[in-house]
Amino acid sequence: MTAQTLPTSVLPTRPAVPLKTPVFLTVIAVIVLVCFGLLGSSAAANFRLSTAGDAFVLPTLVFPGKASNLVIGVLLVLAAGYSWYRRKQGLVTQRWIVIVFAALFVLSFLIWVVSGANVTTISLAALLAGAVVLAVPLVFGSLSGVLCERSGVVNIAIEGQLLAGAFTAAIVASMTGNPFVGLVAAGLAGALVSLVLAVFSIKYLVNQIIVGVVLNVLVSGITGFLFTTVMQRDPDLFNSPGRLPIIEIPGLSSIPVIGPILFKQSVVGYLMYLAVFLVWFGLYKTRWGLRVRAVGEHPKAADTLGIKVNVMRFWNVTLGGIVAGIGGSFFTLVAIDSFTKEISGGRGFIALAAVIFGRWNPIGAFMAALLFGFADNLQVTLTIIGTPVPSQFMAMMPYLVTIFAVAGLVGRSRGPAAVGEPYTKE
Amino acid sequence: MKLELRGISKAFGSFYANKGIDLVVEDRQIHCLLGENGAGKSTLMNVLYGLYQPTEGEILVDDKPVEFSGPGDAMAAGIGMVHQHFMLIPVFTVAENVALGAEATKGAGVLDLEVTRRRIREISDRYGFHVDPDALVEDLPVGVQQRVEIIKALVREAKVLILDEPTAVLTPQETDELLEIMRQLKANGTSIVFISHKLREVKAVSDVITVIRRGEVVGSVEPSTDTTELANLMVGRAVQLSLQKAAAVPGEATFQVRDLSVIDESGTTTLDSVSFDIHQGEILAVAGVQGNGQTELTEAILGTQMVTGGSVKLQGKELTGRSVKSVLRSGVGFVPEDRSVHGLIPEFSIEENMILDLYDRPPFAKGLSMKLGEVKRNAAKQIQDFDVRTDNPLNPASSLSGGNQQKVVMARELSRPLKLFIASQPTRGVDVGSIEFLHRRIVAERDAGTPVMIVSTELDEVMELADRIAVLYKGKINGIVPAGTPREVLGLMMAGVSAEEAMEQHHTEGEDQ
Repeated sequence: MTAQTLPTSVLPTRPAVPLKTPVFLTVIAVIVLVCFGLLGSSAAANFRLSTAGDAFVLPTLVFPGKASNLVIGVLLVLAAGYSWYRRKQGLVTQRWIVIVFAALFVLSFLIWVVSGANVTTISLAALLAGAVVLAVPLVFGSLSGVLCERSGVVNIAIEGQLLAGAFTAAIVASMTGNPFVGLVAAGLAGALVSLVLAVFSIKYLVNQIIVGVVLNVLVSGITGFLFTTVMQRDPDLFNSPGRLPIIEIPGLSSIPVIGPILFKQSVVGYLMYLAVFLVWFGLYKTRWGLRVRAVGEHPKAADTLGIKVNVMRFWNVTLGGIVAGIGGSFFTLVAIDSFTKEISGGRGFIALAAVIFGRWNPIGAFMAALLFGFADNLQVTLTIIGTPVPSQFMAMMPYLVTIFAVAGLVGRSRGPAAVGEPYTKE
Repeated sequence: MKLELRGISKAFGSFYANKGIDLVVEDRQIHCLLGENGAGKSTLMNVLYGLYQPTEGEILVDDKPVEFSGPGDAMAAGIGMVHQHFMLIPVFTVAENVALGAEATKGAGVLDLEVTRRRIREISDRYGFHVDPDALVEDLPVGVQQRVEIIKALVREAKVLILDEPTAVLTPQETDELLEIMRQLKANGTSIVFISHKLREVKAVSDVITVIRRGEVVGSVEPSTDTTELANLMVGRAVQLSLQKAAAVPGEATFQVRDLSVIDESGTTTLDSVSFDIHQGEILAVAGVQGNGQTELTEAILGTQMVTGGSVKLQGKELTGRSVKSVLRSGVGFVPEDRSVHGLIPEFSIEENMILDLYDRPPFAKGLSMKLGEVKRNAAKQIQDFDVRTDNPLNPASSLSGGNQQKVVMARELSRPLKLFIASQPTRGVDVGSIEFLHRRIVAERDAGTPVMIVSTELDEVMELADRIAVLYKGKINGIVPAGTPREVLGLMMAGVSAEEAMEQHHTEGEDQ
């Protein structure tokens, strides 16, 4: 009863590798080639690498607008073609190609926009340094997200934690006259928001997303109310926290480009680097981290090994709150020295995107946050030099980057398997 | 170490999963717990392992009463458990999985995985496990994952090892290896509690067999007890172990699969140029270890899985590229492998579940309205015909036992005229009584002249039902053999040996004996 030979109708091969990447790369490549290259300005774009206080001076980078973009455009078209070829072979495009592609696109965009602006020179050093500063709350927020989600609890309330931190830092620092006390208080405020999240989602098994959303609205309402009823009555007493000092490390801080980024930061800035390292080391190198990751991946397995799943989650969420709260203090103790309504401005949600973009890894989240910070700062810089693109469009950029990032253009990111699922024993 | 359970009861609400169970596991003994699915074996072991608190009764270790508030306490007392569904974290390495919960540290909580790696190599060498401490668990075959579970218990110095249905996921060869490992463990001083419902294995390895039925101990017997007697004890009435079915009268080959291939999202070929025919009035059983392309094969035919190439023809009409609805309408009856996820909507009533794929056409619908009276009549009839045990057809499907849920799915799929019937794991998690019933129904459908495809990972079921057997291995058909092919040959084929070689090996072994 073996198979007889039959006329075999073979269907055209149907796609297994998604079209997403090759199509997207092609569209971008064409935009670069046509809009940035052919239609771009032929003026040169100048990128300064050194600032006034530097120990030595690096040369300014000069790119002839049209020519550079034509070259980059051709490279991108080739890369897009390669991506189609890979797909035809039934393979996905390698991750590093997409990353290089993205970097080239950013460069080409910068060249195009700067060469067409009223002022054709920008300071790359200042652009990067500013990006890091703007990324600080995003980094703290995303670390909070990593801590919570690695243990299996979705933390949508990052925005609320940042806002609570910002408000508490302002009011406590104003009343005590000491911004460092405000910094500590910000951490506690973040923890308080987290406690609500932890109690409702872990103890009472309320849907974690819903609790998170409600918390954001709640914190926004409370801080808004207290801002108008308390702070605005007596701003001198309640809303003049003073700033945390910027600490320069002598010598090192005057290295061009990296000096200001690494060695000319506020306490919060240095804490950020420390926090990224500690969370990374903790998660991947310690007993605690192994258990946290186990609880987020397969809580039942962890439970059968005697690990207290919900206790672990509870403390992780609380710790996440402290981290985000400290991040929130950046708004009122570093960026500006007063609180206003909704000062966090949706950055908690961008931080959430950074968690996903960074694949739930503290270093990845840090990088993603830097990227978002860069997009944010680029918008500010470009508005100043007067580009042909309306500033409103520039302001949308961080969010566009976020959408593309979350849509998974840089490969599918796989989160902790048990995230969002409450753990109960039968 | 001696382990004793005295009068253990465990109640969930008003339902007693265990009732007054007494059990003594002596030092260096392989003690088997035999019982059907749902008899309460796993609940009992979860009580023993500290995952559940007993409602009544006590646990004694070396004649001293102990209380376990969690698995940590049980482990400290020297009890290790290998769960039916492995408790391994897929994205962790073997070493990380083994270390978890009992981590060696360099002080200050910094992990020292080197210590764990050394322990794994030690144990792996002693028992010949061949486990690489740095492999990712998700990349390992199930047989090796199971060894990782055993290592986990041994690293924690378990003196009593509970194995919960350990052979469910193994090939016959892997099963034999596991039985050998169990004997070695026993020789090295570990007692084993072996939970199973497979009589052959139980008889092969146990020192004592305790039979559990409906949460109660119904007897303790010697492994030399006759198979039929064991089965009767387990089910509680006389069972017929073999299905007396007439020989198939195959007609025309109306169902033809040619070069069917599926490549999944990650680019892995999960189904590789599969070709076969099924004749009218014939059952083709697809055997194989779980995860060798069975799911993809059935889903590709139904249309829930994108195919990358090939054709599927039913009575000359192409099925690939069509919607699921249109495939079902062309006369395909489909019983999915996971009834509670894909076969039923647990929250819907039994009545509604009986018409899930028929709701929009006569006699159940007329224009935009549903004929509720007809739905009710249909349910009443099917419940009668298929002996679904329920007191009300309006109860949610989730209120039914596994066997009765499966009857609902089967009743629905067989309630319309079929040109092809596909059933995936038709009796997984179903009690022996219902298995018999469902098997008879499948054979009846065959006798009515429908081509039938059964996908099963239970070799017993395959051998019971099949008129021909196709073995799937790594997405390819590794040969189609007639019914009555020896179990050992099928086992070898499931492990990738070709049909001819498997036959040859079988013959030489036969001569040696």
